[in-house]
Amino acid sequence: MASSSLAARVLRGTPLLRTCRVGESASAAAGRATAGLAAAGQRGLAVPAAAPAAVNAPPKEMWRASNASRSYGGLRDEDRIFTNLYGDRDWGLDGALKRGDWYRTKDLVHMGRDWIINGIKASGLRGRGGAGFPSGLKYSFMPKASDGRPSYLVVNADESEPGTCKDREIMRSDPHKLVEGCLVVGKGMGARAAYIYVRGEFIDERHRLEAAVAQAYDKGLIGKNAAGSGYDFDVYVHYGAGAYICGEETALIESLEGKQGKPRLKPPFPANIGLYGCPTTVTNVETVAVVPTILRRGPEWFAGMGRKGNAGTKLFCISGHVNNPTTVEEEMSIPLRELIERHCGGVRGGWDNLLAVIPGGSSTPLLPQDVAGDVMMDFDALKEVGSGLGTAGVIVMDKSTDIVDAIARLSYFYKHESCGQCTPCREGTGWMWNILTRMTRGDAKLEEIDMLQEITKQVEGHTICALGEASAWPIQALIKNFRPEMERRIREYRPREEVGEAGQATSVTSFVGRSGRLTG
Amino acid sequence: MVQYNFHFVKRTMAVARTVAARAVGLLSSTQRNLAALAPAGASVASAAAFPGAAGSHPPSALPQPATATAFAAAAGGRRGLAGVVVHRPSPTNTAETPFDFSDENYAKIDTILARYPSNYRASGVIPLLDLAQRQAGGWLPLSAMNKVAKVLGMAPVKVYEVATFYTMFVREPIGKYHIQVCGTTPCMLRGARDIVAAATDEAGCALGATSEDGLFHVTEVECLGACVNAPMAQISSTTADPYVEDLTPDSMREVIRALRAGKDIRVGPQTERPGCAGPQGKTSLLGDVPGPYCRDLKAEG
Repeated sequence: MASSSLAARVLRGTPLLRTCRVGESASAAAGRATAGLAAAGQRGLAVPAAAPAAVNAPPKEMWRASNASRSYGGLRDEDRIFTNLYGDRDWGLDGALKRGDWYRTKDLVHMGRDWIINGIKASGLRGRGGAGFPSGLKYSFMPKASDGRPSYLVVNADESEPGTCKDREIMRSDPHKLVEGCLVVGKGMGARAAYIYVRGEFIDERHRLEAAVAQAYDKGLIGKNAAGSGYDFDVYVHYGAGAYICGEETALIESLEGKQGKPRLKPPFPANIGLYGCPTTVTNVETVAVVPTILRRGPEWFAGMGRKGNAGTKLFCISGHVNNPTTVEEEMSIPLRELIERHCGGVRGGWDNLLAVIPGGSSTPLLPQDVAGDVMMDFDALKEVGSGLGTAGVIVMDKSTDIVDAIARLSYFYKHESCGQCTPCREGTGWMWNILTRMTRGDAKLEEIDMLQEITKQVEGHTICALGEASAWPIQALIKNFRPEMERRIREYRPREEVGEAGQATSVTSFVGRSGRLTG
Repeated sequence: MVQYNFHFVKRTMAVARTVAARAVGLLSSTQRNLAALAPAGASVASAAAFPGAAGSHPPSALPQPATATAFAAAAGGRRGLAGVVVHRPSPTNTAETPFDFSDENYAKIDTILARYPSNYRASGVIPLLDLAQRQAGGWLPLSAMNKVAKVLGMAPVKVYEVATFYTMFVREPIGKYHIQVCGTTPCMLRGARDIVAAATDEAGCALGATSEDGLFHVTEVECLGACVNAPMAQISSTTADPYVEDLTPDSMREVIRALRAGKDIRVGPQTERPGCAGPQGKTSLLGDVPGPYCRDLKAEG
C-alpha cells in the first residue's frame, strides 16, 4: 500500500524530499537535516552510532596536546623497533641478527601460549591496521584446544589504504621482524601456519619477503622444530592481484581461498570459522612485527610510551604538502603538529598555509587547521575530534589544495574499489563521486549538499563491511568543515561551453558529470 | 519492519529519482559481473549500457578504440583496465587458442600449490593466473584461464570470476609496458595529473589505450601504496614490475624514453632520495642501532 502510493508519487514526479527551502539559509537547512536524522532514528531508521558527530565538549578536551599531562614524541633511537626502516642496512638474516631479531626466540616460544598473550595484553598493543582493537584480546579469541581443525594466522599485508605505506617498508627493509613475529604470535594463538597475504602490486616487496622466509627456513628458524623450540610452524607468502577490499579480513580470507574478494557476513567470526573453515586470526603486518621486540624488552617498556590506552610506538607515513614527506616511527600520542614539524620539515609554505589534514589514511575524516594544530596522534584523541588514527597515514593539504576535488578523487577511489555485493555501497559510492565531481566545479544546486550528506548516511551502516563507512566519512567531514566553500562554488558557478567533449582525457575522473544535472 | 522498509525505500527513492539519471553509464557491478565473460551474443546488451560505446564501436572491434576504452575505464570503474569486461572472441583470443604452461612454469606451479592444503588447490588461482598472464605476454587469454581452471580442478566460471574481479588481470592484449600511474589523492596532491598527461603524451597514446608501436599502455590506477614517494607509477611487463617514485613530468618522460630505447630504468625514487627517508634526509636512526637485547625471562616466570 505504502509502496504503491510511493510509486504513484514517483510517476507524477512529486518531489519526495525537499531539503532546503527557498530563501532559507544553509545552516538552518543543516539544522533541519540533523533533526530529520534524529526523527529517522525514532522511526527505526538505523542511525549509525559511529558517525563522527560533533563533540560534546567535555570539561577538559583530552585530545589537546596542550592539555596533556606530559609531552609525547621525540622517540629516542634506542626505543625504536624498526631499526632498518630506511633500508640502509642489511635486510637479510645476518643484518637482522645483528639488530637483535631472532634473539632468544626459542625461549620466547618456550614461555608458552598464555605468557605470550598476557604479555601482548599487558603491553597495551592495539591493532595497527586501522580499527585499533586490543591485539592481546583479539588473539585470545582463538580456541584453546583444537577440535581437530588446525588454526591459522593470516597476516594482512594487503596495504592499500591511500596515504599508508608502512608495511611496505617493513617487508622490504626489515622482513625478518615480520617472519619472527609470525612464529611468536602463531605460537600465542596455537596456529600451525601463517599465511602472509601481500598485495599484488608489491612484487619487489614480496620477493624480498619470500627471500627472508627462505633464509629462515634454511636456518631452521621456521618449519619443523622452529628455532629449536620443538614447535612446528610454517610461513607461506601468498599474494593478491589488486583489490583494496581484500584488506578487509573476511574478504582477504575469501581471496586466499581463491575467490572474489567479497567480505563475508559476521558472525561467524574468523576466530571460529575462517580460512578453510578453520579458526583464523587476521592481523596487520606492523602488529605482528612488533610483538617479539615487545616480549623481549618487556610489556612495561612498550606501555610506558604514549597515553594510557594508546601505548607504544607507531609508524607514521606523512605524505602530501610537506617539505620532507617520510615514514617515521614515533611515540604514540605525539602531537600532529610536532610530527609534521619535527620529521617532515613542516607544511609547505609554513603552518599557516595548512588547509586540512587527513590523519589516518583516506577513510578517516579530515581535520581542519585549528584542530590539527593541537591534536595528539592516537586512537582516542582522534576519535574525540570525530576522526580516527586508522593506519596513521597522514595526508597533509596546504591552501593550494582544491579540497572538494581532493575528496572527490577519494570518492572515485571508493567507487572503484567497492566490491559490489551490497547495494548501498555499490550504487552510493558512484552517486557520491558523481555529485562531488560536479560540486568541484560548482555545477550543482545548494540542496544537493544536504542530499549528498543524506546519501552518505544511507550508505554508512548499511553494508557488510566498513567500506561503506570509509566512503562516507571523508565526505561528511568535507561537508562539516568546508560547507561554505562548497556553497560558494555553487553560487559562483556559471555554465560554460563544455570544452574537450571530443578531446583526450587527462584523467579517468574527467568523464563524469556531463549529464544528469538537477533541473527545475 | 514495514515502517523501516517504507522509510528506507522512500528516502532512497527520493535520492534516486534526482540522482539516478546522472548515474547513466555507471554500469552497476552486478550487471558487470553478470555480463562478465558472457558469450558474444550476450555482450551486445551490456555494451548498450555504455552510451557512446554501443553505436559507434561495434562490440567485435578489437582493439578497442582509445576513447571507448577510456570511457569504459571511467564508466565501468575497476574492471575497466583493458576495456569492457565481457569476453569478445577475436582471432587471437578464443577458447581454442592454444595455451599451455611452460615446463618451467609447471615447476613453479608445484611450488605454489605446495603452500595450500591439498583439498584447497583453488587458493592457487591468483598466483597461477599471474603466471599465465606473464607467460602469455602481459595479458590473459581465455584459453589461459581455462587452462588454470583445468590445472586447479576448478569450474572455469570460478576462474573468470577471479580474473574479472582483480584489477591486475588484463584480458585484452596491451602494450609491452603497462604504465600505471597512481592517481589517488596523496599522489594527486603532488601532481599525479601532470604525470598522467606527460605519460600519455610521451608514450603517444590516450589514457587507457595502447600506443601505435605496441610498446606502451597507460592507465591511471588507484593507490599503489607508496604515498610518501608520491607521485609514482608502476611499470609492468612480463618480467618485472618496478615502481618509479618521486616523479616529475620530466622524469616520467625520461623513464618512457629509456624504455623505448631498451635501456634499464632507475627503480624507485627518480631523485637522489634513498627510499622512504625524506628528500631532506633522515630525522631518525642517525647513529648505530642497539644490538640484541632480551630481559631476564626467567625472572618473569
